[in-house]
Amino acid sequence: MDTITTTTGLNYLNNGYGLKSWLLTKDHKRIALLYLWSVTAFFALGGFFALLIRLELLTPAADLVQPETYNKLFTMHGVIMVFFFLIPSIPATLGNFLIPIMVGAKDLAFPRINLLSWYIYILGGLFTIVAAATGGIDTGWTFYVPYSTAASNSHVILAGLGVFITGFSSILTGLNFVVTVHRMRAPGLTWFRLPLFVWSHYATSLIMILGTPVIAITVLLVAVERGLHLGIFDPALGGDPILFQHLFWFYSHPAVYIMILPAMGVISEIVQAFARKNVFGYAFVAFSSLAIAIIGFLVWGHHLFVSGESTYAGLIFSILSFLVAIPSAVKVFNWTATIYKGSVSFESPMLYVFGFIGLFTIGGLTGLFLATMGLDVHVHDTYFVIAHFHYVMVGGAIMGYLGGIHYWWPKITGRMYPEGLAKFAALCVFVGFNLTFFPQFIVGYLGMPRRYAMYPEEFQVYNVLSTAGASVLGVGYLIPIIYLIWSLKNSPLAGPNPWGAKGLEWEIPSPPPTENFAVTPVVTQGTHQYAPSREVGIAH
Amino acid sequence: MDQLPLFPVEASAQAGQVDALYFFLVAVSAFFAVLIAVLLIVFAVKFRRRREDEVGEAIHGSIALEMAWTLIPLGIAMFMFVWGAQVFFHLTRPPRGAMEVYVVGKQWMWKLQHMDGAREINELHVPVGRPVKLIMGSEDVIHSFFLPAFRVKADVVPGRYNTLWFTATKPGRYHIFCTQYCGTKHSAMIGWVTVMEPADYQAWLSGGSSGISIADNGAKLFQDLGCASCHQEVQQGRGPTLRGGYGHDVKLNDGQTVAFNDDYIRESIVNPQAKIVAGFQPIMPTFQGLVSEDQLLQLVAYVKSLGGAAPGGGIPIPPSLMPKAPNGREPGGVSGETGTGRGAQPAPKSPGN
Repeated sequence: MDTITTTTGLNYLNNGYGLKSWLLTKDHKRIALLYLWSVTAFFALGGFFALLIRLELLTPAADLVQPETYNKLFTMHGVIMVFFFLIPSIPATLGNFLIPIMVGAKDLAFPRINLLSWYIYILGGLFTIVAAATGGIDTGWTFYVPYSTAASNSHVILAGLGVFITGFSSILTGLNFVVTVHRMRAPGLTWFRLPLFVWSHYATSLIMILGTPVIAITVLLVAVERGLHLGIFDPALGGDPILFQHLFWFYSHPAVYIMILPAMGVISEIVQAFARKNVFGYAFVAFSSLAIAIIGFLVWGHHLFVSGESTYAGLIFSILSFLVAIPSAVKVFNWTATIYKGSVSFESPMLYVFGFIGLFTIGGLTGLFLATMGLDVHVHDTYFVIAHFHYVMVGGAIMGYLGGIHYWWPKITGRMYPEGLAKFAALCVFVGFNLTFFPQFIVGYLGMPRRYAMYPEEFQVYNVLSTAGASVLGVGYLIPIIYLIWSLKNSPLAGPNPWGAKGLEWEIPSPPPTENFAVTPVVTQGTHQYAPSREVGIAH
Repeated sequence: MDQLPLFPVEASAQAGQVDALYFFLVAVSAFFAVLIAVLLIVFAVKFRRRREDEVGEAIHGSIALEMAWTLIPLGIAMFMFVWGAQVFFHLTRPPRGAMEVYVVGKQWMWKLQHMDGAREINELHVPVGRPVKLIMGSEDVIHSFFLPAFRVKADVVPGRYNTLWFTATKPGRYHIFCTQYCGTKHSAMIGWVTVMEPADYQAWLSGGSSGISIADNGAKLFQDLGCASCHQEVQQGRGPTLRGGYGHDVKLNDGQTVAFNDDYIRESIVNPQAKIVAGFQPIMPTFQGLVSEDQLLQLVAYVKSLGGAAPGGGIPIPPSLMPKAPNGREPGGVSGETGTGRGAQPAPKSPGN
C-alpha cells in the first residue's frame, strides 16, 4: 500500500535521449518498447496480407490475384502473425515491461540477454522480410513436406532460417523470465502472492524453453533436405513425411498456448482491477496455467487424425486434447465468478475482458469439435478450423493484448488515452471479429477447404460476410494505433494509479523510473486485496 | 434457405452419425456460451460500480464450485471422447467386400481406377447403397481426399496407402476437394463424385471400361518386369510365392512378423530390403522410380488377386490369371459374408470389349 515516489522527475523515458540510448539500452522497459514498435510493424504487415486475402475471397474466382500469389499471401500472413507477432506479442512487450516490476525487481535477471533477444528477433524478421520481398514463400506457415522440400519453388530456406533464428529470441526471453521469477522476487513475495500475470508468463516460459528447440531443429531439417537432398522426410529419398508433422506440431501446438496463456494472464489482472476484487480461486487459476503448459505438450497428434496416424495413437491424443480444455474452462468460470459481488466499471480494458471471455469461450468450445475424432475427420483442414483458431488467436490473444496495452498504457507512457474512442474501437473489434469469423464455422462445416484461392459459388455469401467483417475489424485495429500515438503528446497525465488498481506496478510513478523502485518493496499480502479478507474455503 | 445453407447434404450412410455428433456438440457449446454470456451480463449490471470509492467483496473462492466446474465439464468431455471415437472407428473401418477403387493424387489432379479397368480423372462414379473403399496413394506431395457430402476425408500421403470408405445413399453429384495444401493449383484439384442407381452404374461401367481389369494390367507388368522369374506359382523360386499369402501374417528373417497387406506389397516393390521374408536372401533390386504410382497399384491389385485369407475387397479374379483350383471360392466367400449383392458385379465387365 505504501506509495513509493521519486522526486527527481527522472523516468525511463527521459533518462537519456538519442538512438544509441535506445539501441544499446539494457532497461527492460525500453526493450519492451523496442518490441512494441517491432511487433506492431509486423502486425501491420501481417494484417495487410490478411486484407488482400479477404479481398481476393470476395469472389469465387481468382481475380484480384492469381492462385500463385494467393498462396504466398496466406503463407506470409501465417508466418508473420504466428512467429513475429503472436508469439512475442504479450510476453516480449507487456511481459518484459511488467514482470520485473511485478516481482519488485530493478530489471530482468539478464538485461544484456534481454537486449540480445530483441536483436535476434529483428535478425530473424529481416530474413523473413527478405524472403517476402524477393518473391515470397508458398508452403503455408506449416511448411509441410514433401511440398516444402521437394516441390515448392519459393524461398523456403530463407523463411525457414527466419523462423529458426527468431526461435532463439523466444528461448532467451523464456529463460530470462523463469530465472527472474525464481531468483528476484522481493522480500515477502511468495509464489502464492505473485500476480496471475506472472504465473501465466512463467508457464509460457516453460513452453518457450522446452518447445522452441524442436521447431528450430525441424525447420533446419527441412532446409537440409531441401538444400542437400538428404532423405529425412521425403519418401522419394527414403524419408517419412508423417515424422515431420509429429515434429512440427510437437512445438506448434504448444505454441498456441504460448500465444494464449499470456493473454489469460492479462485478463486475470484486468478483471480484478475493474471489478475491484481479488480473483476467485487464485490457486486454481494459477495452477491451470501450469496444467495447460504441461498437458499442452501431449496433444499434438490431434493434427494427424486423418494423416494415417494409428487409431490407437489417435485415441490417446483425442482424450488428452479433451483434458487440456478443462483448465481453460476452469479459468473462464473463475473470471466470471470474480465479477460476482465486485464493483464493476466499464472502461475499455474491461470491455476487452468481456470480449475475450466471450470469444475465447467459443474458441475453446469449438476446439472440442476438433478433439472429437469422428467429427474432426469432416472439419479437418476446412474453414471450421480457420474459424476456431482465429477465435482463440485473434478473439483471445489479440483481445488480451489490446486490453493489456490499454490497461498499462498510462503506466508505460505516463498518459491516458481518449476513452470514448477506445470504447468505440473495442466495439468495432468485437463486432468486426464476429462478422469475419463466425460465418467461417458454417462455411467450414459445409465443406469449404482452407487455402483455396478459388472456391465453388455456393460458398460466396459467407465469404462476403467475412470480408465485410474484416473491414470493420481493420478499422477497429487502426483507430487505437492512431489515438495511442496521438496520446503520447496530447492526453492528460495519468498519475501513478489512474484505475485505483492494486499491484506493485501501480505503486510507482508513471512512467516508472529506470530503476523501478527507489527502495526494494516489502510485500506483506497477496495482490489485489481490495477489501479486508473474508475466508471462504480457500487458503493460500 | 437455399441461399444460406447451414449444413451440407447428407448423402452417405455415415453422414447422419457425424451430424448427430455435431449437433450434440453445438448444443453443449451453445449452452455453455450462453451460460457464460448471461452470467457476465447479469453480474456486470447487478454489480456495476455505484460509488467511486466502492470495492468488491473479498471472496477468495469455493472448493465446491471449483470441483463442480472441473468435474462436470470433464464428464461431458469424456462422453464426447467416447462417442467421437466410436464414430471414428466406424468411419475408418471399411466392411469386407467393399467395392475397391484405386486413387492416385498428383499435382493437381485425381486419377481413379476401378477394378475392372475403367479410369476416371477428377470424377468418381459409384452405385448407391454399396460400400466403396478407396485405396489412395500420391505421386508427389501430400494431398487429401475430401467428400463433404459423405463426411469422410483422408490424407493421400506419398510412400504409403491410406484408405477411406463410404456407402452413398442418395443419387446425385457431390464435390471432391483436395484439403491438404499441395501447391499452386491446390484449389483447382477438385472434382465430382456421381452417385448412380445400381442399374445406371452398370450401364456406365459397361460403357467406360477398357475390358482389361486393373489386376490384368498388374499381371502383365508382373511378367514384363520379370517378377515372375523369382516369385513363382509354387514355392521354388528365389523369392517367396505370392499366391494365397494376402491377408496372412508373414514371418520375417529377423523373427518379426508383418501383415501381408497393400502397404507391405508396395514397400516390398520400392524398398525390398526393408522386410525380408524368413528363409530368403535380400537379393531383390528396388523398383523405385521404375514403376509409377498407377503401376504400383496395378501390381498390388494383381498380388491381391492371387488370393489369401481375408481379401480386402474381394477382387473379381480374372479367370485367365487363375489357372489353379482353389481360387473359385474367394469371391463367393466374400459375398456370403457381406450380403451386399456382390454376386452380380463381375457380370457386366465382359461385354466391355
